[in-house]
Amino acid sequence: MSDPFELRDRPRIRELTHLAERAGIDRRRFLAATGGALGAMVLAACDSMGPRSATSLLKFAERKNESIERLLLRHTSMDAPPAGAKPAGSHFPSYFVSDSVPVWDEAARGAWHLEVGGLVSKPVQLSLADLAALPRVGYKLDHFCVEGWTAVATRTGVRLSDIARFVGAQPTAQYVDFQSFDSDYHESWDIESAMHPQTLVVYAQDGHYLNAAWGAPARIYSPTKLGYKNTKYLTRITFMPTRNGGYWSDRGYEWYGGV
Amino acid sequence: MKRHHAIVRITHWVNAIALTIMVGSGLRIFNAYPSFARKGGTFCCYPFAGKPIPANLTFGGWLAGARNWHFAMMWVLVINGLVYLAFIYLHGEWRDLVPRRGIVRDIREMLKFYLTIRKDHPRQGKHNALQRMAYFAMPIVGVLAVVTGIAIWKPVELAPLTNLMGGYVWARYWHFWTMLLLVALTIAHIFMVFTVDPYSIPSMITGRYREDLSPEARNARPFIHLLPRDE
Repeated sequence: MSDPFELRDRPRIRELTHLAERAGIDRRRFLAATGGALGAMVLAACDSMGPRSATSLLKFAERKNESIERLLLRHTSMDAPPAGAKPAGSHFPSYFVSDSVPVWDEAARGAWHLEVGGLVSKPVQLSLADLAALPRVGYKLDHFCVEGWTAVATRTGVRLSDIARFVGAQPTAQYVDFQSFDSDYHESWDIESAMHPQTLVVYAQDGHYLNAAWGAPARIYSPTKLGYKNTKYLTRITFMPTRNGGYWSDRGYEWYGGV
Repeated sequence: MKRHHAIVRITHWVNAIALTIMVGSGLRIFNAYPSFARKGGTFCCYPFAGKPIPANLTFGGWLAGARNWHFAMMWVLVINGLVYLAFIYLHGEWRDLVPRRGIVRDIREMLKFYLTIRKDHPRQGKHNALQRMAYFAMPIVGVLAVVTGIAIWKPVELAPLTNLMGGYVWARYWHFWTMLLLVALTIAHIFMVFTVDPYSIPSMITGRYREDLSPEARNARPFIHLLPRDE
């Protein structure tokens, strides 16, 4: 008589066990692997850029933030560092994107001048002496870097709004691009920020003409924009009907970059 | 018994996600300059200057990625927070959260109980006195985190706000501290949920809560009397 309780499916279990064993997986390893996988999933979220599908939502938020930042911009809100804030002096950081400090090569490229053109009635080329002859303004200003640091310096130069009047910038010019000779570095701005009274074409810092580290011969500077929007090693200012991005704005940083 | 309204449950979990991303991306932004001093200056009150936060506690991958997340998620955090606050104000739940008369004594009694100086769990309503203070503090610190955040986002256009906090450098410092406080409150909250009242987890999902399993009914301290009483 056969055993009525004979376990007919036993070989199958053994086979499964065998498969797992053959793969070198015992219970302890299985638990470790599962735990590891779950841990890895959590860790994968850390220090990551987040899901790709979120990109369009992040872009949407950036556009909405830009419209809010544009609403907040006032030509009457002027930057004034706290009374006790010490100027950075020689500690002022020096950023550029070329391999070495960009220096205008006069022998190869002729004398430096700043081209101002685009939607203007009389495009000009300004030498450093021309700039220095224009109405001079100086402000002790904060510098707000996208990285989170801040530094104080006295900036001397010409109001961009004065230059815009001088060249006859047209009402259709809604954007301004600032081109440099630091590789292909440039950044474009909205016209409202460009016409802020503290937006200057700067040729001197802390009472001295700019040195190479700080953007000689001239740079744009405004406390209403984060540092990376303020092109150094300036070569050309172009008034434009549309924006044309910028070095860091094309690489993921906000185009508006307002402060 | 119904414990949490659907709006409270939804805003709770949205807040949990938004806050996690805000803290992670904020720490990634902080790592671009893990110090507070103005360039060429010194800062009195941060002993870890120059030491970045471990990368696996951060989110966003790099500075621009973290900024994009931070400046998008801030709207989720703010709108979600406003919905929550408006709801608990209009619906009356705020009464379970604001400190009431005798709160100091109630806190003392709760602490005595947790320190096993007192044997029986103090009488409580929906929340004990410590919970009440934690859940009352959370939105206040949250509002401060948002306000200090706005101050360092717009130190020129909203200069009066930034100056109110002592200027940009100090506003950034206070923003960091509000983050630390929120993280501390959150860690304490999660610890207490798991070690004292894990039965409240389903109530934040389905809304239903069994009063016979409440910490008061179980006389529960952290890790003690986690299981229902047999009687």
